[in-house]
Amino acid sequence: MAETVLSIHDLVVEIPTRRAVLRPVDNVSYDIKAGEILGVVGESGAGKSMAGNAVIGLLNRPAHIKSGQVLLNGTRIDNLPDEKMRKIRGKDIGMVFQDPLTSLNPLLRIGDQLTETMLAHLDITKSEAEDRAVAALEEVGIPAAAERINSYPHEFSGGMRQRVVIALALCAEPSLIIADEPTTALDVSVQAQIIALLKRLCRQRGTAVMLITHDMGVIAEACDRVAVMYAGRLAEIGTVRDVLTEPKHPYTEGLMASTPLASKGQKRLRQIPGSMPRLGALPTGCAFHPRCPKAQDACRMDPAPTLENGAACWFPIDTDQKVSA
Amino acid sequence: MLAYTIKRILQSIVVLLVVGLVAFSMFQYVGDPVDNMLGQERTQADIERVRAQLGLDQPFPVQYWKFISNAAQGDFGISYRQKRPVMDILRSSAPATLELAFVSGLFALIIGITLGVITAIRQNGFGSGIIMTLSLIGVSLPTFLIGILLAHLFAVELGILPSKGRGETVIIGGWVWSVFGTQIQFPSWRTGFLTESGLRALILPSITLGLYQMTLIMRLVRSEMLEVLRQDYIRFARARGLRERAVNFRHALKNTMVPVITIAGLQLGSIIAFAIITETVFAWPGIGNQFILAIRAVDIPMMAAYLMLVSVMFVIINLIVDLLYFAIDPRLRVDRTAGGH
Repeated sequence: MAETVLSIHDLVVEIPTRRAVLRPVDNVSYDIKAGEILGVVGESGAGKSMAGNAVIGLLNRPAHIKSGQVLLNGTRIDNLPDEKMRKIRGKDIGMVFQDPLTSLNPLLRIGDQLTETMLAHLDITKSEAEDRAVAALEEVGIPAAAERINSYPHEFSGGMRQRVVIALALCAEPSLIIADEPTTALDVSVQAQIIALLKRLCRQRGTAVMLITHDMGVIAEACDRVAVMYAGRLAEIGTVRDVLTEPKHPYTEGLMASTPLASKGQKRLRQIPGSMPRLGALPTGCAFHPRCPKAQDACRMDPAPTLENGAACWFPIDTDQKVSA
Repeated sequence: MLAYTIKRILQSIVVLLVVGLVAFSMFQYVGDPVDNMLGQERTQADIERVRAQLGLDQPFPVQYWKFISNAAQGDFGISYRQKRPVMDILRSSAPATLELAFVSGLFALIIGITLGVITAIRQNGFGSGIIMTLSLIGVSLPTFLIGILLAHLFAVELGILPSKGRGETVIIGGWVWSVFGTQIQFPSWRTGFLTESGLRALILPSITLGLYQMTLIMRLVRSEMLEVLRQDYIRFARARGLRERAVNFRHALKNTMVPVITIAGLQLGSIIAFAIITETVFAWPGIGNQFILAIRAVDIPMMAAYLMLVSVMFVIINLIVDLLYFAIDPRLRVDRTAGGH
């Protein structure tokens, strides 16, 4: 069994505002093992990106980690001073952002952006860094890397830029990659290539990946396990096969029913009624109960239980029953 | 890029011609120089004679054409007031103004950018609040008042800095070189940079002249920095674990430079133009002072030459700014070659 790279325990992120203290991430726990790709899905505002930013220490003030622990390779990193955390960013945790068109500095050559990242973390000379930069670009599939190293970001297409971003995130060989919707801004035809590239590189190097997305297709294609988030909480976590085919949480079931899958051959998609509550106006009890078809009194009164049987629900869907029905 | 430069230079020449026309036609209405030159005991014959001498009896287009064609050869005529070539007057007084403008510009740029970056990075800091509040004073107080206050404080009360003149100056240049038999004379330049009293004399006028530009650049850099610091590539630079200094200066500051040099360039032009006020306050022997004297005497050649000189400065600075865009932003270079060639 591969060792655990990232381990999050009861992570709580809070944003104090004038009216109330918001909790975009509420008691979230999960592990990611070396070489494993964990998908994190949920609607906009469910706290997926916020959790990713908390791990890499890039929460925008006034958001901050209120409680809980983040362990990277067994060491606590959530309470490190800024300078130590900076050395971990890029070196041990790489990050890929959503929009490759805006992630690269338009005024610097991509070669310079690669070498500055490596020189910040690795004990190598400038010329070694330049050689490695060419190798890094070749590895992410950029043709004529030795020449392209002197190009500026605007001279690349969107998909190529995302490859450069991946090369940048991986160039100091981190043990964890946080990919925050890496394909959302890309052309559909390019999405698959980028996912395949990310998957291949991480498998080769044994890098753990937190793949934040709202695209069930990406999850099905790339991930080993999947964590479903709703209103800052973890609704369900499990292997992709289990969660996608036999969801236990009613929210996951609703999510799957509203995802167009060719294999299901549905004519009409179902939708979950209503929308996710704002963080400032969470309902009592389980945050999902106003939209839940199975909600009962307990759901309205008591907060959902923590991930028992793989789902944070008082009345998880009995998969055996479903199969027989 | 070369084609673009040539195009811009041609445009600049058109601009100068128009400025010349406007300046020249304005002077038809500022008064009659002949009145000043001849004094009380004049006859109609004297007036006619002097008008003919100065070419003032000729039609306006002819006067303008003469002015432009002579100016193109560096001949701005004879000053009515001082009875010597305007070019000589400019040559002897321009160094004082240019040195003052250079030091003020440097002061405005260096302090302005530094304070702008600091107030942007420590956006909510106590020090930033104080600097931002003080900068309002710099923006709103008129130049002559700042000059008088500074002179009063440092020259009269504390007595540590001079309040007028350039101090000791040294003449450099003026050498004659013989290249392949032709004599080339370097223009001589009276500088205050080489003596202690010359440098000390520069301090108060430079601060007075550059303070407004400094606060303007500071506020501009600050707001541009705050905008750039929100960009994704800054977040990504942080996520790659670059040092704060590299993020702030290498990544953020460089991206604020295009609007900053646009404004800074224009402001450098106004530093030269507004030197008039500072030169008057500090009795600085520059071209601004000469211009004031020329206005009083309706010294048309001198005024025209001054206006032309200022507009040449503006045009040159704008040209440099346009070329700097290419140096800073690689995206423009590509667009040019794709569209222009």
